[in-house]
Amino acid sequence: MRVSARLCRFAAAIAIASSVAICTPSLAQELKIAVAADVTSMDPHFFNLFPNNNMAEHIFDKLVQMNADSQMIPGLALSWKPIDDKTWEFKLRKGVKFTDGSELTAEDVAFSIDRVAQIPNSPGPFVAYTKAIVAKEIVDPYTIRFKTAAPHPLMPNDLSTIYIVSKKIATGATTEDFNSLKATIGSGRYKAVKYANGDRVELVRNDNYWGEKPGYEKVTFRIIKDGASRMAALLSGDVDAIEQPPTPDLARLKKDPKFTLTSKISHRVIYFNFDHLSRVSPFVFAKDGKPLDKNPLQDVRVRRAISKAINRPAIAERVMEGQAIPSGQLVSEKLFGYNPALKAEVYDPEGAKKLLAEAGYPNGFNMTVHGPAGRYVNDEKIVQAVAQMLARVGITAKVETAPMGPYSSRAAKQEFSFHMVGWGASTGEASSPLRSLLATFNRDKGLGAVNWGRYSNTKVDYLIEQALQQVNDENRAIMLQRATELSMQDLGIMPIHFQFTMWATKKNVQYTPRTDEYTLAFQFKPVKG
Amino acid sequence: MSTVLPTAPIETAERGAESPFHRIATDFLANPIAVFGLGMLILIVLAAIFAPLISPQNPYDLAQLDVMEGRLPPGSASPSGGTFWLGTDDQGRDMLSAIFYGLRISLAVGTASTVLALLIGLSAGLTAAYFGGKLETIIMRIVDIQLSFPAILIALILIAVLGQGTGKVIAALVTIQWAYYARTVRSAALVERRKEYMEAARCLALSPLRIVFRHLLPNCLPPMIVVATVQVAAAIALEATLSFLGLGLPITEPSLGLLIANGYQYLLSGKYWISFFPGVALLLTIVSINLVADQLRDVLNPRLQK
Amino acid sequence: MLVFIIRRSMQSVVVLLIMSLLVFIGVYAIGNPIDILINPQADQIDRENAIAALGLDKPLWEQYLVFLKGALTGDLGRSFVHATSALGLILERMPATMELAIAAMVISVVLGIPLGLWAGLRPNGIAGRTIMAGSILGFSLPTFWVGLMLIMVFSVMLGWLPSNGRGPTTLLFGLIPVSFLSWEGLRHLLMPATNLALFKLALLIRLTRAGTRESLLQDYVKFARAKGLSNRRVIGVHVLRNILIPIVTVIGLEFGSVIAFAIVTESVFAWPGMGKLLIDSINLLDRPVIVSYLLVIVTLFIFINLIVDVLYSALDPRVRLTDSKG
Repeated sequence: MRVSARLCRFAAAIAIASSVAICTPSLAQELKIAVAADVTSMDPHFFNLFPNNNMAEHIFDKLVQMNADSQMIPGLALSWKPIDDKTWEFKLRKGVKFTDGSELTAEDVAFSIDRVAQIPNSPGPFVAYTKAIVAKEIVDPYTIRFKTAAPHPLMPNDLSTIYIVSKKIATGATTEDFNSLKATIGSGRYKAVKYANGDRVELVRNDNYWGEKPGYEKVTFRIIKDGASRMAALLSGDVDAIEQPPTPDLARLKKDPKFTLTSKISHRVIYFNFDHLSRVSPFVFAKDGKPLDKNPLQDVRVRRAISKAINRPAIAERVMEGQAIPSGQLVSEKLFGYNPALKAEVYDPEGAKKLLAEAGYPNGFNMTVHGPAGRYVNDEKIVQAVAQMLARVGITAKVETAPMGPYSSRAAKQEFSFHMVGWGASTGEASSPLRSLLATFNRDKGLGAVNWGRYSNTKVDYLIEQALQQVNDENRAIMLQRATELSMQDLGIMPIHFQFTMWATKKNVQYTPRTDEYTLAFQFKPVKG
Repeated sequence: MSTVLPTAPIETAERGAESPFHRIATDFLANPIAVFGLGMLILIVLAAIFAPLISPQNPYDLAQLDVMEGRLPPGSASPSGGTFWLGTDDQGRDMLSAIFYGLRISLAVGTASTVLALLIGLSAGLTAAYFGGKLETIIMRIVDIQLSFPAILIALILIAVLGQGTGKVIAALVTIQWAYYARTVRSAALVERRKEYMEAARCLALSPLRIVFRHLLPNCLPPMIVVATVQVAAAIALEATLSFLGLGLPITEPSLGLLIANGYQYLLSGKYWISFFPGVALLLTIVSINLVADQLRDVLNPRLQK
Repeated sequence: MLVFIIRRSMQSVVVLLIMSLLVFIGVYAIGNPIDILINPQADQIDRENAIAALGLDKPLWEQYLVFLKGALTGDLGRSFVHATSALGLILERMPATMELAIAAMVISVVLGIPLGLWAGLRPNGIAGRTIMAGSILGFSLPTFWVGLMLIMVFSVMLGWLPSNGRGPTTLLFGLIPVSFLSWEGLRHLLMPATNLALFKLALLIRLTRAGTRESLLQDYVKFARAKGLSNRRVIGVHVLRNILIPIVTVIGLEFGSVIAFAIVTESVFAWPGMGKLLIDSINLLDRPVIVSYLLVIVTLFIFINLIVDVLYSALDPRVRLTDSKG
């Protein structure tokens, strides 16, 4: 394989006109993958959105990569270390080439980080990951240093999200130039050859890639949003692999010898927010439908009762068809900051009723449970199952769901009492959910931005702020674990489960699944089927 | 289900001493298929009205459902005694009960929205056609605006703004449909207006109101009945489509359409009953409505009288 | 005639203005796009910056004025999520939708009018009754459900047709990418077009049948018969011409609705048309695309309505082609 690749390069050098495909290894075939979400742009810095990043992963490199378990591994950077409290140094890999033939150096890295902040009209910029950098110093073409105003232990995590583009090509290039593929030149495993938004993206292998070469020479990503249609495309043989096969079809997929189902626990936790504000909560009422004079959800006993009322294993088994594991914290086992002591709440409806009685609600109350429609795996079904379980302990629950757009707008304005959301710890760390979901809402510190229930505990805040500046990994892990434990004792939010991400493939295709939910063409391998 | 009908149309008004209603009833009963359809429709409407009495379970009461009993095939025994004759859906809802309750909602939504839209559309369309001038321009421009919005989009935006709920879905469906009737009735009326009997009515110096309602309306009605028949069905189907797109009714109180939409994702996995039985119920409902309406139209059409 | 068209165009501009305003308010009421667009890891200040970058921090009326100013120069704004001109995006997707809609319309007209005519001429025959029963099925079943059934039968079980997507395209007149010119393209087109056509087919059958039955009883038909004209001539000329009036209206009106309903078919069959773009844009609250889509569609509708009205007067001289005098 290696020999033939070298031969190939040799041949290409002699006769540029001759097609490379002629001498590529025999396993070079075409792979068609159906994905569930639209790639809105091919500019890797324009919009921090899952499907866009998923595509950029193929075409561009990053300093730090994440392995399948969301742990950091060297990418363009061979190594990184803090040289003092406020400076990080990254050593770059030598001899990495962009697909136009030019070499990738520290200049390109510095340029890419600057470009992130300069993208006009971005609805979701990457600046969150670059703004800690106050100065850059290019020591030599293969060494770059980043200075921060305060100690910043998460620098490698942050840079594991920034794609490196070529300074030469991207200078002056607009996002439209990337969408037309004129400027979409990276150093990654694949080259983009066609981008038809809403329909497909076609890639061909970059045979000069510095690392292991992917198994397929040509890859087509088809965008098929509807789950059943995606499933039909796989069953009818139109595509070789799909992401997110619908849960109802899992039993069939498992039985069918023509297909393989692969799954892996995701970094995404599904949880519920409580209304922690001192007010008449908008969707909690007395049994007779009259408003309550205070917000029962402020009482930790009521929150605990709700948590005990929920049969998490039943949801994982029945609603999720086994593709989830119940959770009592924010990040799953392999991620940094996981606290092995925290277990999922045990189902205990009697205990729940007792706690409700203690809190002064022996007959329960009425509540509307809100949930998003079509954002997370089986979101509407989970919300209904939770409402059923609450009804059994006396909390008569109604269910309302809405598409994520209007839903998140309302949730962010504290218009709900008890509602479901999901959170993916994309930097692979417990600090990600802690700082956004559980730290007290504070605009100036940039904390608690998605703390929609407005939970607040000064001890938790203190631990989070310390952890965010603690460069020592061991100490930081302990702080994160402790902050998680405290906030879980309070039930600041109520975790339900970690969902599994699933892929279904034809028998002759194998996928190495990932925690970060990405569907990456280079993780697919042809096998004998 | 007797439809409120305008009095006997002009050209065939005289038929001995029979009352118009009696005449219509006799004509209607002459067609056995229509009678069969009427019988079926009456049964369906009764089932919908008395759903709480005949259903083994209240499918809207979450406390009566158990997710552990979800997706049971038809005929499975229920742990609480009894049998799930048509199986259960993913939330453990008894499909038979869900269909009775779903019928109720679908029929209510379909009829209410069609009747309201028809009333608004007829008034607007006739007004425009009869009076013409500025009034017509204004009305027809509003109709144009209305029709220029794709129906689904109006519903989508309305429901997103209003929130979910049966009343809101009806409001959305009325908003979508009224303009359609207005335009159709205006087209028909424009043709009628030029006919001799209208000239005659005007020569007799009858009041505009009388001309519009006694003469113009009955003669424009037959095409409207065709459209309205289609629209009851369309309203029900559209409501289902809204549910498919993730809007519409609350998921815990499914209509037939929502039941089908929910079951849709189970079709490829062989759990046919979640979608199939509500589909059959919807089909029977719409077919019977149409059988009745077809015959009604033939009976009512002043020009189709033998 | 000319006056009529000019007046109509002026009214249309008013319609477009009102409509864009309504959509602006509507989308504004649904929610703030940044809430869903921005990466959740972003903090409050990033969020505010992103809102400001898209001009969403300004009051609604100011945003609308900015939009109007752009619209006057033909710029309908840039998509929030695609970073390209919203109008460009729509025009890029339009041929796929138009192809689907026209194919559906052709199917329903080609099948619907003859079937309806037949059912109308022999209302009590077996064929007539079967056609009517079939038409009831046509609009009883929700489009998305029928779509999946088609996929299940013809792609998954029989393997005859591709389950989704659009076939390879070729340029028609060197301009418009179309897929119906190749065999592979036709195979892709057949199922979604049929799916989309079913509802209109049912409607056309019913309208044609109703019209036929009615016109058969009209005096001029009786007279034509009495004159000894052949049955073919009576039906082909007198009956057909008379029933064409409502049918032309309906075809005109329904064509717009076919384009709108293509949204559902496009999502079931993953057809890369503008309906799918619209649904995505609504989900992401991408206002420039939603507004541009509507403006394009409305312009199209107004145009169609105008044609319908003109055709009207051509078909039925008794209809007044004017709204300028009472």
